[in-house]
Amino acid sequence: MTMSTLSAAQEHPANHRIAVGKMGIWWFLASEIMVFGGFLAIYILYRMASAGAWTQLAEHVSAPIGTFNTVVLLTSSLTMVKAFQAIDAGEKLRTRNFLAATVVLGLAFLGIKAFEYSRELAMGFTPVSGMFWSFYYALTGLHGLHVLAGVIANFVLFVMAMKGSLWPKTQQRVEYVGLYWHFVDVVWIFLFPLLYLSY
Amino acid sequence: MTEPETLPVTTALEKTSFLRKYVFSTDHKTIGKQYLFLSLFMAVIGGLLAYYMRWQLAYPETAIPGAGWIPEPFAFDGIVPPEFYDALVTMHGTIMVFFVAMPLLLGAFGNYLLPLMIGAQDMAFPKLNMMSFWTIFTASIVMLASFFVPGGAAAAGWTAYAPLSADPTLTGVTWGLNLWILGLALEFSSFLMGGINFLTTTVTMRAPGLTLFRLPLMVWMQITAAGIFMLSVGPLIAGAILLLLDRTVGTGFFIASRGGDPLLWQHLFWFFGHPEVYVILLPGLGALFEILPTFARKPIFGYRTIVYSIIVAGVLSFVVWAHHMFVSGMDPRLVMPFSITTILISVPFAIVIFAFMATLWGSSLTFPTPMLFALGTIMTFIIGGITGIFNGAAPVDIYVHDTYFVVAHFHFTLFPSAIFAGFAGLYFWFPKMFGRRMNELLGKIHFWWTLIFFNLVFLPMFLLGMGGHMRRLYNPLQYDFLKPLQPVNEFITTAAILLFIGQLPFVINFFWSLFAGKKAEDNPWQANTLEWATSTPPPHDNFATIPTVYRGPYDFSIPESQKDWLPQNEPVEEPSPPDDNVATTTLTEER
Repeated sequence: MTMSTLSAAQEHPANHRIAVGKMGIWWFLASEIMVFGGFLAIYILYRMASAGAWTQLAEHVSAPIGTFNTVVLLTSSLTMVKAFQAIDAGEKLRTRNFLAATVVLGLAFLGIKAFEYSRELAMGFTPVSGMFWSFYYALTGLHGLHVLAGVIANFVLFVMAMKGSLWPKTQQRVEYVGLYWHFVDVVWIFLFPLLYLSY
Repeated sequence: MTEPETLPVTTALEKTSFLRKYVFSTDHKTIGKQYLFLSLFMAVIGGLLAYYMRWQLAYPETAIPGAGWIPEPFAFDGIVPPEFYDALVTMHGTIMVFFVAMPLLLGAFGNYLLPLMIGAQDMAFPKLNMMSFWTIFTASIVMLASFFVPGGAAAAGWTAYAPLSADPTLTGVTWGLNLWILGLALEFSSFLMGGINFLTTTVTMRAPGLTLFRLPLMVWMQITAAGIFMLSVGPLIAGAILLLLDRTVGTGFFIASRGGDPLLWQHLFWFFGHPEVYVILLPGLGALFEILPTFARKPIFGYRTIVYSIIVAGVLSFVVWAHHMFVSGMDPRLVMPFSITTILISVPFAIVIFAFMATLWGSSLTFPTPMLFALGTIMTFIIGGITGIFNGAAPVDIYVHDTYFVVAHFHFTLFPSAIFAGFAGLYFWFPKMFGRRMNELLGKIHFWWTLIFFNLVFLPMFLLGMGGHMRRLYNPLQYDFLKPLQPVNEFITTAAILLFIGQLPFVINFFWSLFAGKKAEDNPWQANTLEWATSTPPPHDNFATIPTVYRGPYDFSIPESQKDWLPQNEPVEEPSPPDDNVATTTLTEER
């Protein structure tokens, strides 16, 4: 009786819901999905309308380098999950190491991407050498900026872990940054076949 | 709620520095007021631009009184050249939509009211909230700065249609439009931060007992608007990146000669632009949903129907965008489906209008200033809505597209939702925000003056449009067939100047009441929602104790209560304690 009276009038919605920060991240990712979703839709529509005219341009991207970079980024997602698992289990050293590994792998991805850019620019493919290359640089550039933001966020977490200030109140930040990091990965999973494997 | 509760808070606040309290404040109430002042300031700028435009239209290529200070090459002794006129048109639209309507309705009302109405102490992310204000503040500076760069401000229309916007050589505007894109990008990110805050706060921080269907409708409108904005702006952000690349790097996404498609920009712009109309309209309606029942002393008619209608309208708003593009050269087979969805979207709004009328039906009405503005909103918005059907029906639209008919139509939708509803909300919540009452006489003068001259400005524009007067036309006298219509233009300009002057009573009222108005009590309008349950003005953390909610927000004149209102946080006096189980079940049956 008393219970039902309480739950009718005094039930507090905040008590048993998703954490506030996590919800904020999810809304943020929802808006990000619309940015990349819109961007990819534009690309796909243009590509379909081009009726194969882009194929000759598209075959100059390096699928092996792209594949290797995909592996690098996916591995960084694994280390991100491991960092989350470690902080959940209270293992400070492992958390720190896996955060560092994620930062290093993220930087490796950006480094390989920079190498790719320089290779393509050396071959004469600039953002203005045809619509495919315009899209290529715009899409991978925007994605690269997101990777950079994730690297910085992970690096901040790493520094906090080194100073020991990641515990206990702010440890859920590893999960939030992880959600973002996985999102950036998922975007790449769409970009990779659409840009590298579709000619 | 007097001395004992407010005193500790004031002493706590005295410890915080001036900067923290008034400038870099994380208090949602201060941030709401900052948004309010920003939007009022930008409204003055937007109005000034409109005045220059109107003068040029009525008395083409004569010196504009009060424009002599504008340096060459933007004006020559007060005479505005066509290039600067285009910039005026563009910036008037941009400023009024993105820097007046949105900061006022979402920024000011949303930030100030949402935590109070749901019984929370602040937003879910107070620092993000502060950042959202300073981001739009920066955006405003970037926008205003764009007037002063070489080449002047953006001049490709507020819709920035490609290729006019994509190729700098076409308008001669270089940095102006780049800054315009930057300013809008900052504005978008500001409202994304705000929207994330609104949605998260409403989902996670409602007071005990405040179920979703007990939320004040203002909160429903704010979160629906935030959701629509969040899901519609993404593709335009992608488009804006492409536009910026076209302008700076030299790609050709929107330039046909380089393999791109100018029409794509229109799709991206209106995929955002049409939902944006509802982003502005919904919080305006939200103010009406609070004001009408309060002054009708009657529950709102059809609470759940309104909520469902608005959600349906929000979903439909994503599939109507191409009605802005009937004459753009897109595939004509698209015209019929978009005509149908456009006419379909008028159904939920018709339901809302009928809910308003049913609320007023048989009620005991009083007419203080907020109520007058609320009724003025409905009256003028109906004209805007009905002329929207003209524009949505392709056969009519092909005739009136890009004429003053369209200008009249969207001013009849945006002016009521932003200005009339904005004033209604401002007069209504001013006592809560600033702790003082506004002057009723000045308020009523302001209302009648605004209502009359608003209609005198924009009703004749329908006539101009039917007569073929083009939108964004620099000099109407260059066409013989428009010369007979020139007296109408002169009439509109006179009325517009009087409309501006009519805002003086408000300005005087606002600032006079701010410092010398009559002290307001906690619940001056005897309304039910939680913001009236705390002291006036509310202390730093809003509520001394978090209120418990027992019922929906609009229980006016119900038999359970002796007085004709029953606040959400007030338990009904129960006749006998043993019955309390029964009493609770009936309570939950009530919304």
